[in-house]
Amino acid sequence: MQVERDEIYGIAGESSSGKTSFIKVLAAAIRPPLRVVGGSVEYNFAGQRIDSTKASEAEIKAIRWRHLSYIMQGSMSVLNPVRRIEKTFGDFARSPLGLDCRAFRERIEEHLDHLKLPKSVLRAYPHELSGGMRQRVTIGLATVCRPEFMIADEPTTALDVVVQKDVLSLLRNVQKEMGASIVFVTHDMSVHANIADRIGIIYAGRLVEEGPTRTLFTEPKHPYTAHLVASLPVIGDTRPRPSLEGRPPSLADPPQGCRFHPRCPLAIDRCKREVPPLETVGTRHRSACWRAQEVEPLVRPEATVAGAGA
Amino acid sequence: MSALLHVDGVSKYFAMGGLLSRTQTAAVRDANFRLEQGTPEIFTIVGESGSGKTTLARMILGLETPTEGEIRYKGNPISGLSFGAARRAFMTDVQPVFQNPFEAFNPLKRVDRYIESTAKVFRGITARADLDAAMDEALASVGLSLAEVRGRYPHELSGGQLQRAAIARALVCKPKVLIADEPVSMVDASLRMAIVNLLRTLRDDLGVSVIYITHDLATAYYISDRIMIMQKGRVVEMGAARQVLDDPQHPYSRLLKASVLSVTDAGQGNLEPARDLMEASRTALEHADASRLVEQGEGRLVRMAG
Ligand SMILES: Nc1ncnc2c1ncn2[C@@H]1O[C@H](COP(=O)(O)OP(=O)(O)OP(=O)(O)O)[C@@H](O)[C@H]1O
Ligand SMILES: Nc1ncnc2c1ncn2[C@@H]1O[C@H](COP(=O)(O)OP(=O)(O)O)[C@@H](O)[C@H]1O
Ligand code: SF4
Ligand SMILES: [Mg+2]
Ligand SMILES: [Mg+2]
Repeated sequence: MQVERDEIYGIAGESSSGKTSFIKVLAAAIRPPLRVVGGSVEYNFAGQRIDSTKASEAEIKAIRWRHLSYIMQGSMSVLNPVRRIEKTFGDFARSPLGLDCRAFRERIEEHLDHLKLPKSVLRAYPHELSGGMRQRVTIGLATVCRPEFMIADEPTTALDVVVQKDVLSLLRNVQKEMGASIVFVTHDMSVHANIADRIGIIYAGRLVEEGPTRTLFTEPKHPYTAHLVASLPVIGDTRPRPSLEGRPPSLADPPQGCRFHPRCPLAIDRCKREVPPLETVGTRHRSACWRAQEVEPLVRPEATVAGAGA
Repeated sequence: MSALLHVDGVSKYFAMGGLLSRTQTAAVRDANFRLEQGTPEIFTIVGESGSGKTTLARMILGLETPTEGEIRYKGNPISGLSFGAARRAFMTDVQPVFQNPFEAFNPLKRVDRYIESTAKVFRGITARADLDAAMDEALASVGLSLAEVRGRYPHELSGGQLQRAAIARALVCKPKVLIADEPVSMVDASLRMAIVNLLRTLRDDLGVSVIYITHDLATAYYISDRIMIMQKGRVVEMGAARQVLDDPQHPYSRLLKASVLSVTDAGQGNLEPARDLMEASRTALEHADASRLVEQGEGRLVRMAG
């Protein structure tokens, strides 16, 4: 896959489909037992090319936070519980920014102000902040050095709807203003619907469909995507929603052929034997399905809109 | 009609801070509602983080004592059911399912052993064949089977399977009431619907009343009979779920609805916060001390000034 400048690329897929493993590779956070067995990830940071799968520790350190930042799953895992927020900012951003103490402090305070966080959070310990504030702080850490590329793993999953919307809009505004790229991972399709420019769907460790956000919601060309977007209930609509039967396959011993075939309503014999390639099915739209052209949306979007207005 | 569960004027205050700077958090203030016997329903509680949902659930389960008010189960105060056989009978009838299935299960204990010990303790079943039959029945009603689960540890099941196993553990008691505290917030869209559809089946086929606690208004709309919306410990609106969510009256209920991310305009990047509603909701909260729930007819209650 390719991620453009100034673009939010959403990655969706069910739990244990490999989202986190994949973006750890993108983020150059590759630690045993995780190991890259093939392929490459090439970044172009203002003309400077770097492959996150092969770069040395020192090369990664030089781009970390300044060019490439990573918001890990669960904000608490980045925020050290026994360190005040200001110390954590120092740990992350002091050396990449290369500012003296005063200038650094000013820069951080200005940045927090921009994220609508009071200065007082700098003196706080993580547990003294609400979930929403912690998530803003994490976004603050990831954006303070104005990186060109950000990777965010489920950054809003634990938040309630009001705070979630606020945090998402903040993240998007910061991204637009910096012209940065974001790879945004979540299993929540309604989040993707509102933040992603394009979406990639992962199933059992493979990218099975990719396309502009609107296209994936209205004209999915992979049965798994069709299922994902149809399973979302909508306020105002009580029609039964399908749930996907079966379980995610074991990645240690995945099904032969198309990995979705044991759960796929369109599966034919060929699907059990041959792996479908990821092929172009429309404008910037790719799908890995032998029957891509026959996939229909499971819930008519018009009907949903009408229902929601009732 | 007689009440199955009656939450009667219940408040809970927690003391916060050191001995000198003691302040009180009102986790729940004057909550009132009842579930009737013989009419199983899905009663949903929604509200932001920290609004008191879990505290209320814990009080209903008898894990926390109300500071004020009383909770009665079939007419008996549950505070009087704290020991022995009465306690066990109550716990058999009222069963919890928690938010994070990975935390609810001990990682070192086999999932089937959990269900088995629940069957032993609460149903008093001892014979091997009877235990297996009870477990298999409970697992079958959540779309699993004993064969699939036997011998497995929590990490060997997917999140959705584990959450269904957690529900099966509760069902092995043949409860009258299931209290599900954010049972779907950890699971993805496809499994979410499997679990939500399951709660509906429990109501319709097994006659179980479900107290469904969630942030997710869309699933609440989809399955609930009644809904109760909480803001900072106070009930701000309550009534028939569809009625309330189609046309919320309290500013906070409106804010909640307006904050739900819509998929109908996918790709439009519609993230503009509803500033006017945030403001109105904040104002309502500031004046909440001088407010009360006002009856609107058909069991609908809305908190208003005065
Ligand atoms: N044991 C406790 N000691 C002190 N304060 C508590 C305790 N339990 C809860 N609280 C406080 O009571 C309020 C309500 O908490 P509760 O956990 O019930 O909310 P909630 O709606 O379930 O939130 P969430 O969605 O985050 O789980 C919060 O302000 C919380 O900090
Ligand atoms: N440290 C690890 N050791 C062994 N297996 C792992 C490790 N981390 C992840 N996996 C496995 O890799 C697969 C993908 O996991 P993950 O990337 O965490 O998925 P997701 O983020 O989509 O939930 C799963 O089968 C998981 O069990
Ligand atoms: S290739 Fe076959 S099994 Fe796979 S998604 Fe397409 S139709 Fe279904
Ligand atoms: Mg993950
Ligand atoms: Mg809670």
